[in-house]
Amino acid sequence: MINLLKNDAPIMVGMDKGHRGLLGRFMTIPWSLALGVLVLACIGFAALYSAAGGHLDPWARQQIIRFIPGFIVMLGIAVMDLKWIYRLAYPFWFLCVGLLVFVEVAGVIGMGAQRWINLGFINLQPSDLAKVAVVLAMARYYHALPIEKIRQLRTLFVPILITIVPVGLIVVQPDLGTSVMILMIAAGMVFIAGAPWWLFAGGVGAAAAIIPTAFHFLHDYQKKRVLTFLNPESDPLGAGYHITQSKIAIGSGGFDGKGYLQGSQSHLNFLPEKHTDFIFTMIAEEWGFIGAAAILTLFCFIFWQGYRIALRARYSFSRLLALGLITNFAIYIVINIGMVTGLMPVVGEPLPLVSYGGTVMVTSLLAFGMIMCVAVNRNPNLPKG
Amino acid sequence: MDSDLEKVHSFTRRALVLGGIKGALMATLAARLGWLQMVEGQRLRTLAENNRVNVKLLTPVRGLILDRNGQALAQNEQNFRVQIVPEQTDDIQGSLETLSQIFPLRPSEIDAVMTRAKQQPGFVPIEIIDNLSWEQVAAIEVNMPDLPGISIDVGQRRFYPDGPATAHVIGYVGSVAKGDQTGDPVLALPGFRIGKTGLEKAFDAALRGDPGYSRIEVNVAGRMVRELERDEGVPGTDLTLTLDMNLQKRVQEIIAQEKSASAVVMDVHSGAIYAMASGPSFDSNLFTTGISQTMWDQLLNDEAHPLSNKAAGGQYPPGSTFKMVTALAGLESGVIKPSTRVYCPGHYDIGKHRFHCWKEGGHGTVDVTQALEQSCDVFFYSVSRDIGIDRIAAMGRRLGLGQSMDTMLPEERKGIMPDMKWKMKTYKKRWDAGETLNASIGQGYTLSTPLQLAVMTSRLVNGGKSVKPWMIARQGNQNTADMVRSWAHTGLKPEHLAIVKGGMDAVVNGEHGTAKIAKPKDKDWTIGGKTGTAQVKRITMAERNEGLTKQEDQPWKYRHHALFVGYAPADNPRYVTCVVVEHGGSGSGTAGPLARDILIAAQDLDPASKPIAAAQAAKEKKS
Repeated sequence: MINLLKNDAPIMVGMDKGHRGLLGRFMTIPWSLALGVLVLACIGFAALYSAAGGHLDPWARQQIIRFIPGFIVMLGIAVMDLKWIYRLAYPFWFLCVGLLVFVEVAGVIGMGAQRWINLGFINLQPSDLAKVAVVLAMARYYHALPIEKIRQLRTLFVPILITIVPVGLIVVQPDLGTSVMILMIAAGMVFIAGAPWWLFAGGVGAAAAIIPTAFHFLHDYQKKRVLTFLNPESDPLGAGYHITQSKIAIGSGGFDGKGYLQGSQSHLNFLPEKHTDFIFTMIAEEWGFIGAAAILTLFCFIFWQGYRIALRARYSFSRLLALGLITNFAIYIVINIGMVTGLMPVVGEPLPLVSYGGTVMVTSLLAFGMIMCVAVNRNPNLPKG
Repeated sequence: MDSDLEKVHSFTRRALVLGGIKGALMATLAARLGWLQMVEGQRLRTLAENNRVNVKLLTPVRGLILDRNGQALAQNEQNFRVQIVPEQTDDIQGSLETLSQIFPLRPSEIDAVMTRAKQQPGFVPIEIIDNLSWEQVAAIEVNMPDLPGISIDVGQRRFYPDGPATAHVIGYVGSVAKGDQTGDPVLALPGFRIGKTGLEKAFDAALRGDPGYSRIEVNVAGRMVRELERDEGVPGTDLTLTLDMNLQKRVQEIIAQEKSASAVVMDVHSGAIYAMASGPSFDSNLFTTGISQTMWDQLLNDEAHPLSNKAAGGQYPPGSTFKMVTALAGLESGVIKPSTRVYCPGHYDIGKHRFHCWKEGGHGTVDVTQALEQSCDVFFYSVSRDIGIDRIAAMGRRLGLGQSMDTMLPEERKGIMPDMKWKMKTYKKRWDAGETLNASIGQGYTLSTPLQLAVMTSRLVNGGKSVKPWMIARQGNQNTADMVRSWAHTGLKPEHLAIVKGGMDAVVNGEHGTAKIAKPKDKDWTIGGKTGTAQVKRITMAERNEGLTKQEDQPWKYRHHALFVGYAPADNPRYVTCVVVEHGGSGSGTAGPLARDILIAAQDLDPASKPIAAAQAAKEKKS
């Protein structure tokens, strides 16, 4: 199995030296993955068109306008030399930390509890970039380490530092959901890099012990979200409203859905945030189980493409980068769909590439660009790991 | 190229574990979707539908009440209301102040609107003024451009064109009280009115109709998005009465001459009621728009009881109008023969008890006809002992006393026709012989309503048909008048009825009749009847000795009730009336002339000759 995955595919012929021209690199882009991204984005456009009651404005048009250059940038990143990404890994992490400090300071100075920086065309959320930055920095760090060292406890110092700095800055924003997501990604990275098994078993145990204590330090609205998640029907018109209405919407879609543009829950505004966090609910209401399951299948297809690239990569940095980014993507999906179906607390995370919103789209396309870059650079000019 | 094989293998293992976790999570999500959409789908679809759809009831149009000529006695009027929709203006206060210049509003009223505007969604209209006149509507319409957010809404309001003349029979509608709630959702509609008294109450279910509904799709804020389905409902059923409004008004005017009186006019053969009046009256329209507390207290505390329907619900001792019952009971039982004569010395003694005739010094020797003509009490005292109370009471009931007349009027009362069993049951005492004497002249326990006395008189003069009164000629398209009425015969002997009728004829037309005063001056009109004067308060021996027997000397509420039952024309009766003047003094002096005027009016307007207006005519009225 391992050998099979490592085996040379026809695509690798003549690429050993990495001296192909731009066109050659372009031809080696994993187009099935690019197609998956495109289809997903198109589902998002259609859903946003429906969310606006059958209009391009205010969401669908804007989303398309952002996606097109984003998609081109993604392809651009895909054909880059991977060594640039390798070299930029740490600087990118520092940049993100700097931006996080900036929004924190700006917030203190007077912009209120803002989590984003207005760049004119999008409101950039540094916390979203931080997820990618953590993956990059971790991959960069573990690339050079031999497996024996990875298995030593003291090599955890740098990964912890890489994680704890942005998490600390995001927790104080406060944005608990993103903080937890970064911790999950970081744990995933440490895990796939090869840290000892018992660490994760212990981590789960420690979390079970810490969570009840940590609960006391949450903000009231965060506590309420968690409690509401545990029993949404206890407060059907208050905090539990979103979850209850979302479940009603999804369930009322039934097997084959109410039809495109026909979702009563969504169009009569019983469903909150139908264009962002709850977009999957609207899709499930209008397209039913068939549509929802099709999207889950598409996600699985994208995961599989990501795994293929990661497992075929020959360098530690490449493998960790591709798998880390695809894991980041997966975490978004599980949290979002888990939330709208009432399996997880409402944490306000969007469905990447489908939900309306600039930062997540940009970060997602950036990430997919890097995953593709791993595939294109079968033999990157990286230091030996 | 990675040379650290162990690192590669470790990565691959871990990647597969992570992939497995992801796969498991995705499977969980898929299972969750399947659960929600397929297992729970039906239940959640119902919830979504409940979210989406609101059902709004539509108030049905209340049925009309018409007289026999198709004239509306109770109808529906457009009710114009001014309302403001807060979201349609940026300046509610400004609009209200502009409106104030057309229709003065108190600052407290403006504040009330402002408060409500803050409490409810902006698209829900707030009522500002109710019951606008046409002029006010016009003034507001003209100024509409300066009144952003303000609109005029049209509702329905019950209107009684002749409120005071029909107040007791028709009754009125009012707001639904807590006790009226039956769980019927239509009762919860804002501004819904139900029948509170009279026919409005008796036929409320038919008049009310069935509410329509409008199923509307609403968004999360409750705002209507579109109407999905609409059912206009079924308008209430129209009622056509046997009443003749022209006669009703005349009768009301005639009895209004007295402080407190009532009268019934009915058809001797069919039992149809042509007029039923009670005075003093009130305007039933007061109740549809909301009566003031002062006005209500005034109506409630008036000693003349303007709110009560005395014609159907007033219970009075029948007095001498009862003497026909005693006479017939005597004739039918054989106690009285046409030749029976009794000497009246002015009193009748049982043991130590002396019963006075109304005429001091007595009537001398009288037969039954003369006893009726002159209303000789002693004649009836003397025969009643042999007849016995039970036979008198049985005759009273045969003629319609002491029982429901089934008019369906909620205010109707049954009166009392006492006999031995009744007294034992009510007072646990044996019947006294003296009580039979009192009963024989309509005093004592006996109580009758004017309606019952009219029925009694009808049965006496119509040849023995046991008619009962009715006033619903048509309900919707169903002609209830046709269901009336081949009345059963009372079984009374025609010759006995003839004797009694002869006596009643003599009361008005005889030489010594007690109601000669009630004889019409115009020879074209002829009437017969019987006077009655019912004691309210016993005249004590002390008062009699002091000469305090003059009615005018007594306070109003202690004076005798004055009664008259009459029929016309005298030879071939068609109309019968009963007039009761509360504390009117004497039957001949007070009630007789009123009855005469009523019977003349009845013959003059002659409602019996007019067919009930066709249903079609009623329909046109409505539109």
